[in-house]
Amino acid sequence: MQTRKKYIFLTFLASWLLLFFFGGDQLRHFAFFSGRKAKARRSWPHWTDRSLLKNFADPEELQRDGDPSLLSPRERRAAWLSSYKSSRCRMETCFDFSRCEKHGFKVFTYPQERDQPVSESYGKILSSIERSRYHTANPEEACLFILSIDTLDRDHLSAQYVRDVDEKIRGFPLWNGGRNHLIFNLYSGTWPRYTGDLGFDIGQAILAKASFDTESFRPGFDISIPLFSKEHPQRGGERGWLYQDSVPPKKKYLLVFKGKRYLTGIGSGTRNALHHIHNGKDIISLTTCKHGKDWEKHKDTRCDKDNVDYEKFDYQELLHNSTFCIVPRGRRLGSFRFLEALQAACIPVLLSDGWELPFAEAIDWGKAAVVGSERLLLQIPSAVRCIHPERVLAFQQQTQFLWDAYFSSVDKIVHTTLEIIKDRLSPHRSRSRFLWNALPGGLLVLPDFSTHLGDFPFYYLQHGSSPSKKFTAFIRAVSQAESLSQSILRLIQAVSGSQYCAQILGLWSCEKPPPPSGKWPQTSVPLTIIQGRRKLSDRFFPFEAIQTDAVLSLDEHTSLSTSEVDFAFVVWLSFPERIVGFPTQSHFWDAEQGRWGYTSKWTNELSIVLTAAAFYHRYYHSLFTEYLPAGLRELVDGLAACEDILMNVLVAAVTKLPPIKVTQRKQHKEVVAQQVECGDGAAGSPPPGQRSPSAPHSAPAKAKGADSRRFSQRQDCLNQLADWFGYMPLVSSQLRLDPVLFKDQVSVLRKKYPRLEKP
Amino acid sequence: IMCASAKYNTRGPALIPRMKTKHRIYYITLFSIVLLGLIATGMFQFWPHSIESSNDWTVEKRSVHDVPVVKIPADSPIPERGDLSCRMHTCFDVYRCGFNPKNKIKVYIYSLKKYVDEYGTSVSNTISREYNELLTAISDSEFYTDDVNRACLFVPSIDVLNQNALRIKETAQALAQLSRWDRGTNHLLFNMLPGGPPDYNTALDVPRDRALLAGGGFSTWTYRQGYDVSIPVYSPLSGEVDLPERGPGPRRYFILSSQMALHPEYRLELEALQAENGESVLILDKCTNLSDGVPAVRKRCYKNQVFDYPQVLQESTFCVVLRGARLGQAVLSDVLQAGCVPVIIADSYILPFSEVLDWKRASVVIPEEKMPEMYSILQSIPQRQIEEMQRQARWFWEAYFRSMKAIALATLQIINDRIYPYAAISYEEWNDPPAVKWSSVSNPLFLPLIPPQSQGFTAIVLTYDRVESLFRVITEVSKVPSLSKLLVVWNNQNKNPPEDSLWPKIRVPLKVVRTAENKLSNRFFPYDEIETEAVLAIDDDIIMLTSDELQFGYEVWREFPDRLVGYPGRLHLWDHEMNKWKYESEWTNEVSMVLTGAAFYHKYFNYLYTYKMPGDIKNWVDAHMNCEDIAMNFLVANVTGKSVIKVTPRKKFKCPECTAIDGLSLDQTHMVERSECINKFASVFGTMPLKVVEHRADPVLYKDDFPEKLKSFPNIGSL
Repeated sequence: MQTRKKYIFLTFLASWLLLFFFGGDQLRHFAFFSGRKAKARRSWPHWTDRSLLKNFADPEELQRDGDPSLLSPRERRAAWLSSYKSSRCRMETCFDFSRCEKHGFKVFTYPQERDQPVSESYGKILSSIERSRYHTANPEEACLFILSIDTLDRDHLSAQYVRDVDEKIRGFPLWNGGRNHLIFNLYSGTWPRYTGDLGFDIGQAILAKASFDTESFRPGFDISIPLFSKEHPQRGGERGWLYQDSVPPKKKYLLVFKGKRYLTGIGSGTRNALHHIHNGKDIISLTTCKHGKDWEKHKDTRCDKDNVDYEKFDYQELLHNSTFCIVPRGRRLGSFRFLEALQAACIPVLLSDGWELPFAEAIDWGKAAVVGSERLLLQIPSAVRCIHPERVLAFQQQTQFLWDAYFSSVDKIVHTTLEIIKDRLSPHRSRSRFLWNALPGGLLVLPDFSTHLGDFPFYYLQHGSSPSKKFTAFIRAVSQAESLSQSILRLIQAVSGSQYCAQILGLWSCEKPPPPSGKWPQTSVPLTIIQGRRKLSDRFFPFEAIQTDAVLSLDEHTSLSTSEVDFAFVVWLSFPERIVGFPTQSHFWDAEQGRWGYTSKWTNELSIVLTAAAFYHRYYHSLFTEYLPAGLRELVDGLAACEDILMNVLVAAVTKLPPIKVTQRKQHKEVVAQQVECGDGAAGSPPPGQRSPSAPHSAPAKAKGADSRRFSQRQDCLNQLADWFGYMPLVSSQLRLDPVLFKDQVSVLRKKYPRLEKP
Repeated sequence: IMCASAKYNTRGPALIPRMKTKHRIYYITLFSIVLLGLIATGMFQFWPHSIESSNDWTVEKRSVHDVPVVKIPADSPIPERGDLSCRMHTCFDVYRCGFNPKNKIKVYIYSLKKYVDEYGTSVSNTISREYNELLTAISDSEFYTDDVNRACLFVPSIDVLNQNALRIKETAQALAQLSRWDRGTNHLLFNMLPGGPPDYNTALDVPRDRALLAGGGFSTWTYRQGYDVSIPVYSPLSGEVDLPERGPGPRRYFILSSQMALHPEYRLELEALQAENGESVLILDKCTNLSDGVPAVRKRCYKNQVFDYPQVLQESTFCVVLRGARLGQAVLSDVLQAGCVPVIIADSYILPFSEVLDWKRASVVIPEEKMPEMYSILQSIPQRQIEEMQRQARWFWEAYFRSMKAIALATLQIINDRIYPYAAISYEEWNDPPAVKWSSVSNPLFLPLIPPQSQGFTAIVLTYDRVESLFRVITEVSKVPSLSKLLVVWNNQNKNPPEDSLWPKIRVPLKVVRTAENKLSNRFFPYDEIETEAVLAIDDDIIMLTSDELQFGYEVWREFPDRLVGYPGRLHLWDHEMNKWKYESEWTNEVSMVLTGAAFYHKYFNYLYTYKMPGDIKNWVDAHMNCEDIAMNFLVANVTGKSVIKVTPRKKFKCPECTAIDGLSLDQTHMVERSECINKFASVFGTMPLKVVEHRADPVLYKDDFPEKLKSFPNIGSL
C-alpha cells in the first residue's frame, strides 16, 4: 500500500516536472504575453557611440553652403523668367512688380464692348472693382488688369460661354501675355470630366477661380474664390443667421446633408455613400437621384425610397437647425452649399478632397470648418460628435465672422481677392495671418497704417496691451472774425485742463489765414494749428501730428468742461474701438416713406454720436480717408453736415456695435441759429449741440429754414450712405454711461466727478 | 502558475491528517520536493525571458558599427522620382491611421542597418548624430509605435539629411527594399541639405516615389503644399553655444550680415547699403588671418576687427539671411537664437514650418530685387513691432529650431494635424510665445452680437427656506416683460418645497429644481431648463428692484452679452499696508465686481463655473459657503478681459454682505473673509483679472429734464 502510494506520488511528481519542462514553452508564451504589456516597448536604441557620431554636415560646410558663386543671382532670376511660366507661374516670374511702384496698387478694367454683354455675376465683379478705391481709368497707371470678357462660365455647353476668347485677347494691346492680368472664373470644364480647363490660354495671368484643385493651383499666385450664385448681392449682403450664442451650442440635428446623389461619373464616389451615415435621428443625410434628363436610366434600388424621404425635409429647415453641415464635392469641388452653410452658422464639414479652399492664403479654415476626407466619410459622425462644445461655439462664431468679413457680397469677395494680391506686392507691409482671422477682418485693417497690433483699436485684449493714456484734442475752427471766438478760447482752456490731454490741434478751415500764434491762448499742452484744405472730410484726415491713440474731436462751438472730458476719456479707455461722445442722435426705419429716418430729438435710443464732441481711435481717421472709396468722400464733401454721420456709419460697420454716450453736464445750447460759417456755405459744420426735444420745429423762425434744410440733408445723407454700404450699419443703444455715483444721494465730497451734476 | 501552486498548498493540510504520523514526514518531504520543483520550474521558466530582455538591453548597448549589413544588388529596383502632384488625398494611405480617440498618428521607425553595394562599399554614413537624435526623439514621443502593423507613418533609419553624404542611386535602392515601402506610401524622409553642384536642386534628389519629404530649403516649385513639410536647416551651434535671451530693444547695429559665403553680387549690394548708412550696418566676412586652432566657424571679421560668432548676432536688430547655393540656411537658426529679426532674402523659398508658423510676426521677407531698399523698408517698421518680432524670433527658435527633437516633433505634429484636422493645434498655440499666451485674452464669446430681445431671460432664484420672501421675489420678477422662465433652485434637502398650489401664479413657466446638497455652486449650474442665453441670478431676498430696473438691466446685458451686468457694485483695492488685496463695499467711485445677488450674465459662464473653474476654487467656495459671486467675477473677467457693467444708481439693498446681521463684528468678519477670497482667487488665477472702471449704465434719458412718461425706463433709482 505504502509502496503504491509512493509510486503514485513519484509518478505525480514526475508528471508535474514533465509538464513544466515540456509544456513550458506554451506557458512561457503565456507569461511572455502578459509580461509584454508591462515591458517597455522596443524603442530606438541608445547607441553606445552616439556621442561619437559625425554631424550630418561639417559646420564649415554648413556655413559655406556649397559654392554660391556658381550662378549669379541676377542670371538665375533671369533664367527663372523663361523656365517658370504658365503652369509654373509665381509672382516672381510672371508678375511685373515694377508696374505697381509708381502709382501703387491700381486696377484697370478693360472698357466693355457693346456687342459683348457680360453675365450678371461678372457685371457685379466689374462694378465692385470700378467702385473700389483701387480703380483707375488709366491703363498707364495700372498695376492689375481685368478683362471685360466674361470668363466666369467656361463650360462650353453653357449659354454664357464666350467663344474665341483666345483670338479676342490676342487683339488687346495691353494683354502682354497675360502679365499682371487677373481672370475670374466660376465654372471650368464640362461633363463628364469637369477639368480645370478654361478653353483659352491664360498665359501669365493670375487666375481667381472657384472649385480650384490643389494640383493645378499655383501657390502664392492664383487665388481660390468661393462659388457664388448670380443672386449674390453686389454689396452689403445678408447678415449671418447666428443671432445668439446658444449654450450648449447643439442644435436639433448634429449633421445634415440634403442633395443630389450622382449615380455615375465624377464625384459620385462620395455622393453615393452619403446615405450610409443617415440615422434618422440627429444625422440626416438625404439624397435624391433625380437630376439630369436620364437619371432613371441609372437608377438603383435605393432611388425610389430615397426620393420619397428626400421630399420630407426642407433644405432651409435643415440648414437652420443643424450644428454641422456636410459640404461634399459636387461634379466640381466647390458648391453653393459651402457659402450657404457658412452663412447659416452650420459648421461646414468639407468632403472635397483636393479642393484649394477659398482664400486659404489668408483664411485659417481650421477655425471655422471641419476639413474631412472623402475616404473617411464613415468616421465623420464620430469625429464631429467628439468635438468639444466650446470648440463648436468658437466654430459657429468664426463662420459668422468669415461670412460677414469676406463672403456676404460680391464686393467683399472681389476686395478680398484684390487685397490678397496687394499684400504680395510688399510682404513687409502686409497683413499677418492673425489679422486676416480675427475681428474685424483683413479688409478693415490697413497695413499701410501700421502692421503692429497695438496700433489698431481692435486687438488690445488679444495683444495683451492697452491704448495710450493720453489724447489729442482736435478742434475744427471756422471763425470768420479777426479774433478768436470766446467759445473756442473757453474750449481750449477746458480741454487743456484735462490730465489726459497730450496736445491740442486746431484745424483751420477758413480761407483767411489763422490768427498769429500770439493770439492763441497760452496752454500747458502744445497747441498746433493745421491749415486744412477746406473740405468737410478734412476733419477726419490722418494728420501726422496726431500721435496718441485717442482723438477728441471738437467743434469750435462745443462747450465742455474738464470733468466731462476726463470722464469721457476714462470711459473711452474701456471701449477703444467705439466712438464715445456727448450729444447723440438716432436713426429709425420710416416704414411709411420706405426709407431711413433720422432724428435729433431726445429719444430713448441713440445710434449716432456727434463728432462735435467725441473720442475715438485715431485709426478711424485712416479708415475714413484711405479705406472709403473716393466717391463716398466726395458725396460727403458735397452734402454738408454728413461727414459725422459717415464716421458713425463707418465705425458701426467695422465694430457692429453702437457708439457710447456719456454724461453731459448740461444740454448744449441751440447754436444753429448763430452758426457761423466761413466763406462759402459748403464748408459748414453740423450743429454741435443736441437740439431741444421739439427740434427742429421749435427753432427760432429766422433759422428755421436753414435748420430744416440741414435736417433733410442729414436724412438724405443717411439714406445715401445706407445705399453705398448696401445696408444700414448703425446700431442703436439704450444706455448712457454715467460716473458710478452720478446723482446718487451721497455727499458731493465723495464723488470724483461732482461737477457733472451741477445743473 | 503562482496561483496554482498556492492552491495546492492550501489543500495539503486537509489531506495530511488522515495519514499516519510516520508517513507524514515522508509526505511532507515529497510535497516539499514537488513544491521546490514547481518553484524551480517557475523560476526557470521566468528567467530565460528576463535574460532575454537583458539581452535586449545589451543589444541597445551596441555600437552603430555593429548593425546588420545589407547588401544591395546593383539591379535592385529604384523608386520612381518624387511625384510632384502628390497630395495627402492622392498619395497618402489614410486608412492606416484610423480613427482614434487620442487623435494621434502612430509612427514606426525601421531598425538601423548598414547598406553596402555589391562591392561592399557603404552607400552612406550609417547615421549622423543629428539623425540619431531625431529618431530618438520620435521614439521617445507619443507618436511612436514599435508595431509595424499599427503604424500610420514610417520613418526609415536611412539617413538622408545631407544629400552630399550619400550615393543617390544606392540610397534609393535601399529605400525601395524596406519591408513596408510600397512605393513610399506613408513614408517620411528628413532632408536638410538637398541638391548638389552645379544646379543645387531645392529638394532631395534621391528618387523617393510617394514618400513625404520633410525638407530644408524647398522652393515654391518643389514644395508640394499640404504634403511635404518645410523644416529648418539645423544649426549645430544651437547645441554648442548658449546665448541667453536678451531683452528686446534697440541694439548696437541696425543691420548685420554674418554669412561667409555670399555671392559677390549680394555682397556688393550689402556694401552699398553700408556705404550709404554707415555704422549702423555691419557686413561681416570670414577671417583671413586667424591663428591656428581657432575654429573659423566661430569667428567673423570686418576689416581688422574680429567678432565672435554667433554672439555678434545679438548686437544687431536685424540680421540678413541671404540664400546661398541652397535656399535653406543654417544661419537662420543662429539668427533666431540670438533674438535678431531675420531679414530673409531668398526668392521662392518656403520658410520652415510655413504651414503653421506666421513668419510675418518674426521676420521681414524682402524680394531679392528690392535689396537696395532694405534699409528704408526696415526703418519703416515701428519700434514696438520690432521688439515683438525679436521676442517672436527667439520663441520660434526655442520651440521649433533649437534641437532635432523640436524639429522632429513639429514635423510630426503638422502631419498629425492634417490627418485629424478637427483636433489640430490652433494658430495661437503654434505662434504665440508663452508671454503672449499668458497676457492675451481670447474671449470665448468674441462675435459682436446683440441677442434678440424676444429671447428673454431666465431668472434663477437660489433659496433655502425663506419662502415668503422668495414668493415676493417671484411675484416682482414676473412683472419684468422679458422674463421667459423662472427657475427656483431649492437648496434645502431637509425640507420639501411648498406644494404647487401655494406658489404664486405667474405668466411664465416656473420650475423648481431640487439639489442634492446645499452648495452655493448650485446657483451656477448650467441647468438644461435654462433655454435662454441670458440668466438673471437673483437672491431670494432681493425685492427692491423695480421691473423697469430689471428690464433695463436685461437691455444692457443685450448690449454687453459677454459681461456680468449687475446692480450692487463692489471694488477690490490694494492694501499697501498689508500688501494684499482688500474687498470694498463702501460708496466708491469705481467698481470692479457686481454681486450675483442680482446680475445678468450669459449661460456660458455657468458652464465655465461648473466645469472650468481653475484650481480648487469651486470646492473652496462650497466649503466656506461664501464668495461664489467673487469667483464668478474673477472667472468672467479672466476669460473675457473685460470689466463688469454696473447698472442703475445705488439702492438700499438689504445688504447681501450682512445676511446674518447680528452686529458689527459679524459684518466685519464677513468682510475679512471676502478679502481673503480675493487674495486666494488672485493667487489661483496667477493674476488679478478684475478690471476697475468708473462708469455705470443708466438709461439714455436718466435724470434728464424730460417728461417721465416719455422715458422708456422711468422707474429707476427709487430707493
